[in-house]
Amino acid sequence: MSALQEMSPNVRNIKQLQYVALIRRASQIKEELRQKVRKPYKEMIDVCWGDPHRAGVKPLTFVRQVLAACLYPQLVDSDTLPVDVRQRARMLLRGCAGGSVGSYTAPAGTSEIVHGISEFITRRDGGAPSYPENIYISPGSQWALQNIINVLVNSEPSSPKTGVLTPLPCYSTTISSMVGLGAVAVPYSLCEERGWELQVEELQRALESAKGVCKPVALYIVNPGNPTGYVQSRKSMQEVIRFASEKRLFLLADEVYQDCVYGDNSEFVSYKRVLAEMGPPLSDTVELASFHSASKGFMGECGLRGGYVELVNMDPAVMKYIYTLFSADSCAPVLGQFALDLLTSPPQPGDPSYPLYRQETRHIRSTLVRNVKRVFEVVNSLPGFSCQPVEGGVFAFPRMHLPPAAIHKATEMGMQPDLFYCARLLEEAGVFVIPGCEYGQKEGTYHIRFCIMVQEDIMEELLRRLTSFHTQFMKDFS
Amino acid sequence: YSDHCPLTPLKWARQLFLINSFSVRRSARDITNMSQQAANGLPCRGKVLNLDNMNPNVRRVEYAVRGAIVQRALQIDKELKEGVKKPFTEVIKANIGDAHAMGQKPITFLRQVLALCAYPDLLDDNKFPDDSKQRARRILEACGGHSIGAYSSSQGIECIRQDVARYIEKRDDGISSDPDNIYLATGASDAIVTMLKLLVCGKGRDRTGVMISIPQYPLYSAALADLAAVQINYYLDEDKCWSLDIAELKRAVTAARQHCNPRVICIINPGNPTGQVQSRQCIEDVIRFAKEEHLFLMADEVYQDNVYAEGCKFHSFKRVLFEMGPEYSTTVEMASFHSTSKCYMGECGFRGGYMEVINMDPEVKAQLTKLVSVRLCPPVPGQALLDLVVNPPQPDEPSYDKFMKERTAVLAALAEKAGLTEQIFNTVPGITCNPVQGAMYTFPRITLPQKAIDKAKAEGQVPDMFYCMKLLEEEGICLVPGSGFGQREGTFHFRMTILPPTEKLKFVLQKISDFHIRFTQEFS
Repeated sequence: MSALQEMSPNVRNIKQLQYVALIRRASQIKEELRQKVRKPYKEMIDVCWGDPHRAGVKPLTFVRQVLAACLYPQLVDSDTLPVDVRQRARMLLRGCAGGSVGSYTAPAGTSEIVHGISEFITRRDGGAPSYPENIYISPGSQWALQNIINVLVNSEPSSPKTGVLTPLPCYSTTISSMVGLGAVAVPYSLCEERGWELQVEELQRALESAKGVCKPVALYIVNPGNPTGYVQSRKSMQEVIRFASEKRLFLLADEVYQDCVYGDNSEFVSYKRVLAEMGPPLSDTVELASFHSASKGFMGECGLRGGYVELVNMDPAVMKYIYTLFSADSCAPVLGQFALDLLTSPPQPGDPSYPLYRQETRHIRSTLVRNVKRVFEVVNSLPGFSCQPVEGGVFAFPRMHLPPAAIHKATEMGMQPDLFYCARLLEEAGVFVIPGCEYGQKEGTYHIRFCIMVQEDIMEELLRRLTSFHTQFMKDFS
Repeated sequence: YSDHCPLTPLKWARQLFLINSFSVRRSARDITNMSQQAANGLPCRGKVLNLDNMNPNVRRVEYAVRGAIVQRALQIDKELKEGVKKPFTEVIKANIGDAHAMGQKPITFLRQVLALCAYPDLLDDNKFPDDSKQRARRILEACGGHSIGAYSSSQGIECIRQDVARYIEKRDDGISSDPDNIYLATGASDAIVTMLKLLVCGKGRDRTGVMISIPQYPLYSAALADLAAVQINYYLDEDKCWSLDIAELKRAVTAARQHCNPRVICIINPGNPTGQVQSRQCIEDVIRFAKEEHLFLMADEVYQDNVYAEGCKFHSFKRVLFEMGPEYSTTVEMASFHSTSKCYMGECGFRGGYMEVINMDPEVKAQLTKLVSVRLCPPVPGQALLDLVVNPPQPDEPSYDKFMKERTAVLAALAEKAGLTEQIFNTVPGITCNPVQGAMYTFPRITLPQKAIDKAKAEGQVPDMFYCMKLLEEEGICLVPGSGFGQREGTFHFRMTILPPTEKLKFVLQKISDFHIRFTQEFS
């Protein structure tokens, strides 16, 4: 078998990560530090993933106690763990065939957990009804997104390629998923000067740019944004919904950061809720898939792979095929399903575990709010660096105004300027962040993305190193 | 898309659709917040996403293991709960290879370590043995932030891949295994689909053809339909205990070359649904065939610990490949798959598994590594579980005795049930059952009276689905009709798991036997 010519073109077309060399170097540096090689720093600060636990945030105690009891039910009968933990574990295990987390569940998830999610959605959305049969739990939200895109894609070789409007900048995994499934990403630029706002005129422009290239069938929105941290206003969401309806686009609403909102004037409201409040005919006709996950928010349980999609106003005939697609995947990992249950039905006031739960989540939240403020302050105080307010999400995406000499040097080395900056930052300051070229950005602009869901002291150290590095860098290339 | 199969996937899809409209309306799944027009069953032409413009490949996807009969079984479950009177008090789900669901107990050691990983405070609890704590600490050390909640690298945690490689070396008598060739996955199914995604390409006559056994585990046909690959069926020989015949492989690939580009051969050993354990000679023959025909070999070995029959032994494809010498071991390109869902663990809900790729072109491998990153990472608890499976307690460790006792008991029970199943079914006129040499299923052949076949066709049902539906309604036993796996034209089968506890299994075998006799009489 020969190599690249005999391979799926969809796979070939997936872009290789731009910062792959950084990943390798970061690995090497970690090893060198372990070997006590002398460096200007003792530890690497790895903030490139949206992964709170990796960045030192502790898992929530209640969550982990419940999972441990479910894994080893002897704990349910002993009094090592609080009584509400044991009760919850008992309840979750009752929903498992044979009372074991090792059994398959129904393809969409165990019925009790799916019901719990639909109740959560209804509560969150001010009473707008949510139906369990429209909810599918998957190994992380991206998996569900891939399944939905798979259904949307027109795979006939003679047909025009299917297009999906995607934000610029956008989380790279989503673009890779689409390309891998044979779809084309049609970028619409978010407006950096206005806090990364989504503007409907830009959606229109993007749609027009697709003429002759592909047939757009869906509109993908990330709210709160990744990497941008923008939180959409209700008004903006209404405009988007009207646009989707008018242009006959399927709405894909990625809302995994819904629990991370900090801006004083920001509030997360779900697309489902806005749609429901707009009333018929829109509320009965606009087709929507909204995604959520246990990977983000205070739980940060990325490794458990628990996410879900809620489908609204879908053609029932198409729903049958969606069921089959999910059933061929067997089911989502049971611990991931449990994590979703704990996300959607957390401890309540009066429960023995509530005080600790509240303390832990408040601590994480206040850390985040503080981190956001600090990043904004510090980055905006540095010459050649600016940052839009981070209203939500778990990332900062500041912009660097790089001197021409630096851009020139990067080009000489065959690197994108922001990748060059990140490589230097990693090497000299031991800080691992991702360059903006990975997400797409307006020509001639450069950014970095880093996770802000980290312990306070790590954030301070990061900002200290960044300040010192950036100042030196700007001096070197002035 | 498939040759020599009684029904093309598209025809199966139509059948399924018809069956769905005949069966009682499944309450939950049909109710959506939709307009009145749609509620009346009128076509939803107004929908942005509808049957006409959805991915035509997805319309061809079926997965019988969770198909129409299972949906009816779930509905009956509901009816029983609501107090509806039936000739039985429970629905016995012998359709899916889920050991724990049927009462098999998890292995204590595995669950202890996983509980410690989930809640490390328990490391101070003296109820847990030292070897479990040592394993947990090691796993947590390898996790980001010492938490199983952190993402791992997409290929899987490095030290676990190293452990898997060592396990494979030990299993294969020292033949070396490179951790870099190991990809952890969300169950073996995920790895299988990933490989197929990588390999399927081409247009028209150059479209990739993938050889798969008939009968097969329908994940393969589902994935091939989804990818619009050409399914090339090769028939296993029922009269020779479902063995594989090279002449049949040759026949299938030669015929296929007329209309597609055969590039892959898939083999399941031990087999699902058939349970056959291939002989070493047969495995060598397949490897030779793959080399001659220039095919990528996919060896699904998830049941490798489930071997029961006297004289049968599991031979890993990799081991045989290397023992055939450098002419083969340096050239045949292969992937072998394993999982935590089967064997003695039965931990399906963890979605743990891996594949090992052998002799893969480095550029293709780079593409594979890129492709798996789109899945982010496999579930970390599943990775941890896999680590324990490849690193079980050793004779000098405190948990060893209990672990071995539990493991042996599970495998012995399965062996006993395998024998029992074959024995009882073969006493029934009209049921012929090959020995269940391995895996977890039996796939007996059933003789159906012509009147029954005619009745089924008149109702728009495939005859063995008609049979299984009737069994479900009358006895509350859920099996999967052979048509869901593929079978020779004019033959009928069902797949039943051998997982229920022995007493319940005896009960099920008796009920099915009685039903078969009744059915034969009713339609004589």
